Amino acid sequence: MKTLMLGNEAVARGLYEAGCSFVSSYPGTPSTEITECVAKYEEVYAEWAPNEKVALEAAFGASLRGKRSFCAMKHVGLNVAADPLFTISYTGVNAGLVIGVADDAGMHSSQNEQDSRHYARASKIPMLEPSDSAEAIAFAKLAYELSEEYDTAVLIKMCTRVSHSQSVVETGERVLPAQRPYEKNPGKYIMMPANAKKRHPDVEERTKALTAWAEKAEINRIDPGQDTSMGIITSSTCYQYVKEALGDTCPVLKLGMIWPMPEQKIRDFAASVDKLVVVEELDSFIETHCRNLGLSVAGKELFTEIGELGQNLVKEKLGERVQSGAVLAEDIPARPPVMCAGCPHRSLFYVLKKLNLTVLGDIGCYTLGAVAPLNAIDTTICMGASVSGLHGFVKAGDEENAGRTVAVIGDSTFIHSGVTGLINIAYNDSNSTVIILDNSITGMTGHQQNPTTGFNLKGDPCTKIDLESLCRAVGVRRVRVVDPYDMDACQAAIQEELAAKEPSVIISRRPCALLKYVKHPGPICADPEKCKGCKACMNIGCPAISMEEGKVKIDTTLCVGCGVCEQLCKFGALGAGK
Amino acid sequence: METKNIMIVGVGGQGTLLASKLLGRLLLTKGFDVKVSEVHGMSQRGGSVVTYVRWGDRVCSPIIDKGQADCILSFELLEAARYTEYLKPGGRIIVNSQQINPMPVIAGAAVYPEKLVEKLSALEINVDALDALSLAEEAGSSKAVNLVLMGRLAKHFDFTDEEWMDAIEHSVPPKFLELNRKAFELGRSA
Repeated sequence: MKTLMLGNEAVARGLYEAGCSFVSSYPGTPSTEITECVAKYEEVYAEWAPNEKVALEAAFGASLRGKRSFCAMKHVGLNVAADPLFTISYTGVNAGLVIGVADDAGMHSSQNEQDSRHYARASKIPMLEPSDSAEAIAFAKLAYELSEEYDTAVLIKMCTRVSHSQSVVETGERVLPAQRPYEKNPGKYIMMPANAKKRHPDVEERTKALTAWAEKAEINRIDPGQDTSMGIITSSTCYQYVKEALGDTCPVLKLGMIWPMPEQKIRDFAASVDKLVVVEELDSFIETHCRNLGLSVAGKELFTEIGELGQNLVKEKLGERVQSGAVLAEDIPARPPVMCAGCPHRSLFYVLKKLNLTVLGDIGCYTLGAVAPLNAIDTTICMGASVSGLHGFVKAGDEENAGRTVAVIGDSTFIHSGVTGLINIAYNDSNSTVIILDNSITGMTGHQQNPTTGFNLKGDPCTKIDLESLCRAVGVRRVRVVDPYDMDACQAAIQEELAAKEPSVIISRRPCALLKYVKHPGPICADPEKCKGCKACMNIGCPAISMEEGKVKIDTTLCVGCGVCEQLCKFGALGAGK
Repeated sequence: METKNIMIVGVGGQGTLLASKLLGRLLLTKGFDVKVSEVHGMSQRGGSVVTYVRWGDRVCSPIIDKGQADCILSFELLEAARYTEYLKPGGRIIVNSQQINPMPVIAGAAVYPEKLVEKLSALEINVDALDALSLAEEAGSSKAVNLVLMGRLAKHFDFTDEEWMDAIEHSVPPKFLELNRKAFELGRSA
């Protein structure tokens, strides 16, 4: 039966059908739904790991024990998992091991737009690149065959437009391969120098063998076309843009495996057309490969390295006319994402701004503390960088600016890679104050459980990490908990901990306002009689508060009654609803 | 047949994803090739959201580019204005006349443009504006704006009642089925 399936759900379906039995991932847009969807199959063990490195190592362990395994991450997650990745390339696998990585060209929900294809070449691990949901299923299954035949992990590269597009698929049955026995094999699995030196030539031979496979592989196919004045090499979502823009006019070499790439097939294709064009998003990857083969090719001189491509851009750059639409001659205000009404982060950031502190930020919903009117964050780099950066910032400072800087980091991000930074703060004794924004969920990626929530991916109760004990255990003596809705208490706690001459942690604890189990008191009432129009309540950037004819107005469909604005009103114009 | 394109635009949290799910189901049962593309993550936090729905004999690109949409279904007035450029000449905008102020407007850094329906109507496009929020409330819930707009869309596309009802039944929870049917009818007859 034909169904409409999200690309990520299709990867999950492919894993299921291929008999994958173990999945360990860390959530990250646009990869998250692969793991959420695969967890719905009872036959598959699936978990959220604390970070991508742990996830990949766990998946490797399951492969070693003989079960087909998988882990998924976003592009920047692969940076975290890069350490095991490069050595797993040397060991190879026992049962098939597949790694899903989802790029985010256009940075819909990311801090950079790195091109993960470089990792395939750098780690010498083959990478498949589906262009729609049907291919996502097929490639996931193919990935396991390649993994076991060539004794290698296999990367499946997704991107926002393949991950988050639904297209038509036909599903198949699950075929569960027999568990492979684990056999001790020091030469293969102990990568100390003497063994690794022997493995490296095997890796190079494997790439040669896979290159030979790539020459004949059906997934590296040529779509014929009458007009051979131009031939296009492309892959992934760009293939769809090319077909949309040009139809079947010119020949197209579609690469389903982006590393290693075929050589003879590309040479033959180039020879069959007058002009060779590469259409690819982000970096020059296919194009560079063509140039290394000595071919004359057009690529990045036409198509930008920045952001996403699209069918109009492909048409335009290849000399075809593009139809434009009617533009309204009007300034349309932007609609940026905002912290939700009732978000527990908002009031904490208000206090940080009020105290005029330097705030090293991290990755999560709370990055929105950086935007107006709060403007309360100074840096955002990567997962965990707030805590480790704070240590350096404090150590490099002097008495004059002491006690003016904090780090803010979410509960999930703290477990991911903030705790190692805190160990450094304690071990190397910097007078740092770290604020953990504990909203009891992984928020930005859409409410995933994590080790601090007490529930696992399947929704079952499990061990819950006690953040206070964890912080004390690494050597921080000053650990305290505050309710971010109580702004006076927050301010007092922050000032006291900044004044203390030792490392400290403040846990700002209140669950995400969007969690179903959170009960809200109901909308605040605004009293126009008492409102003086001072706009103090507007300084927290709550989407439920606006001014109408000089008086405060509460949007009762949004307001949950957190009471933060009430604390800002000196005239008693805002109060609990009836 | 030539590929048809509908863009669904609105504000994160307004229920645009249900609308695209419903349409996708309908088009698939009609035997079309279908692609539905959406963006998750940060934009869901009250930001501007866009979903592309495309169908035909063979659909390649998952996205709709500028000048390609046959129809824009807008859950909010400002969002309709933001995306007019994506319409084909002579295309149609179905717009909920509800206004939701974005943060720059709330904060006083920008102004919500006035008389947008009139300004949109002055362009060479078809504008069909309705107060979907009031109709949704009449049906029983402000959350049924999406079904009111689906009903309005039904006026302009050649699908049967049975096909729409099947898609609605498969897209909304059973306990809200009656409410959603009512919202759909109100949108269609308004």
